[in-house]
Amino acid sequence: MISGGHDTGFNKLKTINRRMFIFSAAKAVIFFGIVGRLFSLQISENKKYLTLSDKNRLRETRLPPIRGEFKDYFGNTIAGNLKVYQLHVIPEQVEDFRSLLIRLRDILKFDNKTLSKIFAKKSTQKPWETIVISENLNWDEFSKINFYLHELPGAKPIITVGRSYPYGESYTHVLGYVSQASVNDLVNNKVIKDRNVPGLRVGKSGLEKKFENELIGTNSIQRYEVNAFGKRINQIDFKEGSKGQTINLTIDTEIQKLTSDLLRDKAGSISVMDIYTGDIIAMNSSPSFDPNLFLYGIDEKLWNSIKSDPLNPLLNKTVSGLYSPGSTIKPIVALSALENDVIRPDKQVKCEGKVEMYGEKYHCWKKKGHGFMSLKNSIKQSCDIYFYELARLLGVDRLSITAKKFGLGAKVLGEYFENEKEGIVPSTEWKKEILGQNWYLGETFITGIGQGYIQTNPLQLCLMTAQLANGGYKIYPKIRVGQNQKSYESIKRIMKENEIEAREEAKEKDNALIKATEEFLKVDKKEHYPLYRNPENIKFVLDAMFKSTNEIYGTSYSSRIDDLKYQFAGKTGTSQVKRITEEERELDLDISQIPYKNRDHAWFIAFGPYKNPRYAMSVLVEHGGSGSKAAAPIAQKLMRAVVDRHEERTKRNIMV
Amino acid sequence: MYSNFSFTNQQTFFQKLRSIDYLLLICILLVGSISCFAMYSTDGGEVLYHTKNHAIRFALFFTLMLVISFINIKTWFSLSYLFYGVTLILLLWASLYGITASGSQRWINLYFINLQPSELMKIAIIVCFAKYYHRAQIHSINKFTNIFVPMVILIIPIFLVITQPDLGTSILIALSGIMVLWLAGINVKYFVIASITFIVSAPFIISFLKPYQKLRILSFFNPDRDPLGAGYQIIQSKIAVGSGGLYGKGFLKGTQGYLEFLPEKHTDFIFTLYSEEFGFLGSLLLLILYAIIIFRIINIGMISRSYFSKLFCYGFASSIFIYIAVNMSMVLGLLPIVGSPLPIMSYGGSSMLATMIGFGIVMSSKIYNNQIIS
Repeated sequence: MISGGHDTGFNKLKTINRRMFIFSAAKAVIFFGIVGRLFSLQISENKKYLTLSDKNRLRETRLPPIRGEFKDYFGNTIAGNLKVYQLHVIPEQVEDFRSLLIRLRDILKFDNKTLSKIFAKKSTQKPWETIVISENLNWDEFSKINFYLHELPGAKPIITVGRSYPYGESYTHVLGYVSQASVNDLVNNKVIKDRNVPGLRVGKSGLEKKFENELIGTNSIQRYEVNAFGKRINQIDFKEGSKGQTINLTIDTEIQKLTSDLLRDKAGSISVMDIYTGDIIAMNSSPSFDPNLFLYGIDEKLWNSIKSDPLNPLLNKTVSGLYSPGSTIKPIVALSALENDVIRPDKQVKCEGKVEMYGEKYHCWKKKGHGFMSLKNSIKQSCDIYFYELARLLGVDRLSITAKKFGLGAKVLGEYFENEKEGIVPSTEWKKEILGQNWYLGETFITGIGQGYIQTNPLQLCLMTAQLANGGYKIYPKIRVGQNQKSYESIKRIMKENEIEAREEAKEKDNALIKATEEFLKVDKKEHYPLYRNPENIKFVLDAMFKSTNEIYGTSYSSRIDDLKYQFAGKTGTSQVKRITEEERELDLDISQIPYKNRDHAWFIAFGPYKNPRYAMSVLVEHGGSGSKAAAPIAQKLMRAVVDRHEERTKRNIMV
Repeated sequence: MYSNFSFTNQQTFFQKLRSIDYLLLICILLVGSISCFAMYSTDGGEVLYHTKNHAIRFALFFTLMLVISFINIKTWFSLSYLFYGVTLILLLWASLYGITASGSQRWINLYFINLQPSELMKIAIIVCFAKYYHRAQIHSINKFTNIFVPMVILIIPIFLVITQPDLGTSILIALSGIMVLWLAGINVKYFVIASITFIVSAPFIISFLKPYQKLRILSFFNPDRDPLGAGYQIIQSKIAVGSGGLYGKGFLKGTQGYLEFLPEKHTDFIFTLYSEEFGFLGSLLLLILYAIIIFRIINIGMISRSYFSKLFCYGFASSIFIYIAVNMSMVLGLLPIVGSPLPIMSYGGSSMLATMIGFGIVMSSKIYNNQIIS
């Protein structure tokens, strides 16, 4: 008998056993419920939770991509990379941000202003975003940080790459510069956005910006296992990114450096071009600035002084500066007149220093006048009176067709420089369309001497000179070494073939003179097609330019080189910045007596060596006075250097 | 049952040894070893503080269990009220002079061990009720005194534990007690009335909860509400279990565990760590071991002649089941997070001690299953 229960024990047992049975049933249900839950978590949803667990433990760090380099024609690095030591802090990972910074201040010795700047920056960004405490530590500071690292939890000394421009300001206007990627950069360029990491530098102007997507390279990716507190436990794998493309330019650093020296303390521009291949050998604008300043963020005072400099160092004058071409347009005016058979080359015009036409007075630069002038002499001595007459006979529309054909009024390099200007080659139609006014004949006269509406940039004049100098053939200017670069010889051969063809065609259509200009417009676009109707006309103009430099009374006679190896032909230009009043004309002030801003721009265009021309150049000195005094001597020095480098360049050609 | 044969109370040592429930014993040993491996894993694959302590305690308390088994169930019957009384005094002592850790005052410093009396109370309440209802007669069970006195016995410790504060343990004590009351045969209508009262007053009770407890309940219903705060434990725990898959990530390879994503991985969340490393199959094995343990305890209750043994075994089996069910439901995101250890597996001396005392009394019931207690 069961104890404790006495006679009722049986009922008690029945109850407890019945109730235990109910319990057991409930237990079984719950047991299978738990097993079911385990099954759903571990079997059905296993993938989802495995992903979540990997997301927990794995962190990816993207390292800044290594930027491609720029090389000049001879393989010298003109924009490269250098190791930079930086200090980063991620506020989220720091227990006591303030004391860490104070400790860092004591080690690195930066001032309180920098300190408060960092605090200000911290408050503007998310706690997991990196703060760059120091952009550029020297090696001593870097090793000091590493030495004290154990007492600086959260500080991250980092080795990264920075941009270096070994030739400083010489290449600024060509290459541009790089700086921290801004919000705008991220919005406008998806490639930058995809590869962005704290401290990434991207091109801000020039070719650095143009070739951004080729230069940028791809990120290396480090994968780490981290614990719940974000501490790195070990590296899982490392995916090496690829370096950005190297971009080879056609520029010769020797010449580029020389152009910087020649333009020192002046405002102006120099361009040098191969008249066959179209390679830009040098291209400089002055004043310039050191692009290395932007690497770590330029300080505000310096930046403001660059921005407010009246000589405008930020403007790439070679492609973005527009000026009246002055007398440098005269070879084109003369060519246009000859091509259109407006005059015979031996036509004489008497220059008396000024002329009155249609009730308006027009002056020659030479007050006393040149006397009787032929076409060749008028180019050689740059007689304005002759060209007024020539322009009157020619008309602005025919002139503008020739000018455009030789490269004025259009971008020379097209897409390479985003701020490249087209300039203006006026015509009656242009004026009607843009200004809504009728063309006046007086405007034709001054267009004939490169004043008035006509506007060109220095590179256009260089191209114009090159296309005259090569015998009047189309060339394709470029600054980047292309994949299938044509050699000088093959281009020369194409031009020769084109000349023979042109001469034959000219014989056939000898009488269809009026048609000729129209024919030129729809000229078939075969490579290096001729820009002339009659090659003799080109020869005439080139000869006149030769005389202008190498014969007495020529405007640039004083800058000539007699050595045949260097002998060159050129044309001066002096472009007025403001209208000269009668009184000023009477005063005949010396250049030093005129305020800088009102002085004329000095131009010189040249090609050489004369016997077998290979290079063309244009030189502009802003407010330099007369072309013969300010610009031609620069071209003289430059031509020597360019010709001296010719042999080197040819050797390199064979290697390419 | 009526027994017509006469027997002596005296068994020889070998007879006792023979009548031990070896299946139960082996299952306990297996769970114990699994727990040591799990502890080894929480220490990052080294025998450190937790592993060492846990193994020593298991060995120590396992021996204690054996000692308890060989002592006549009558002795335990007679010591029942004393056990409850001492535990209650310890509980009072803990409330007055106890050690406070993580905002709760629940430990007594006994110099060699930090004792948590509330864990002991989980067993004491069953022992106490078993004795109380052993004496009560079936027709008097539903009398006012026979309901009122047990209610007082139950409510005093619950009140003390809840004020420590320790919601999890107090719920478990209450559940253990109520289950024994049910088994003892208290009229179903009282349970129905009590349940209705509880549900009606639930909002009122919730308003008395501490803010962190409310947060836990809220984040149980929506863990993503605050994934780095209150919901963090549930989310991380589910990730650990779920990422284990069928076979698990492998011993010592549970990333959630060794990278510190799991909260409380030694104690309440030990199953999560185990499940991550050994997967669905490992978890199933552990569950089956527990099921066998519970089944054996119920079986021992069934063959026990004394009502005390029967009620204790049934009550203890149900309690063990509840501990396991609550702990697992919690770590699998089926219940809100309340502090409740997994028997044997979780690190913690008092919990292990209480469980082993329980097993000892069960085993004693087995050995002395024919003992009549009057």
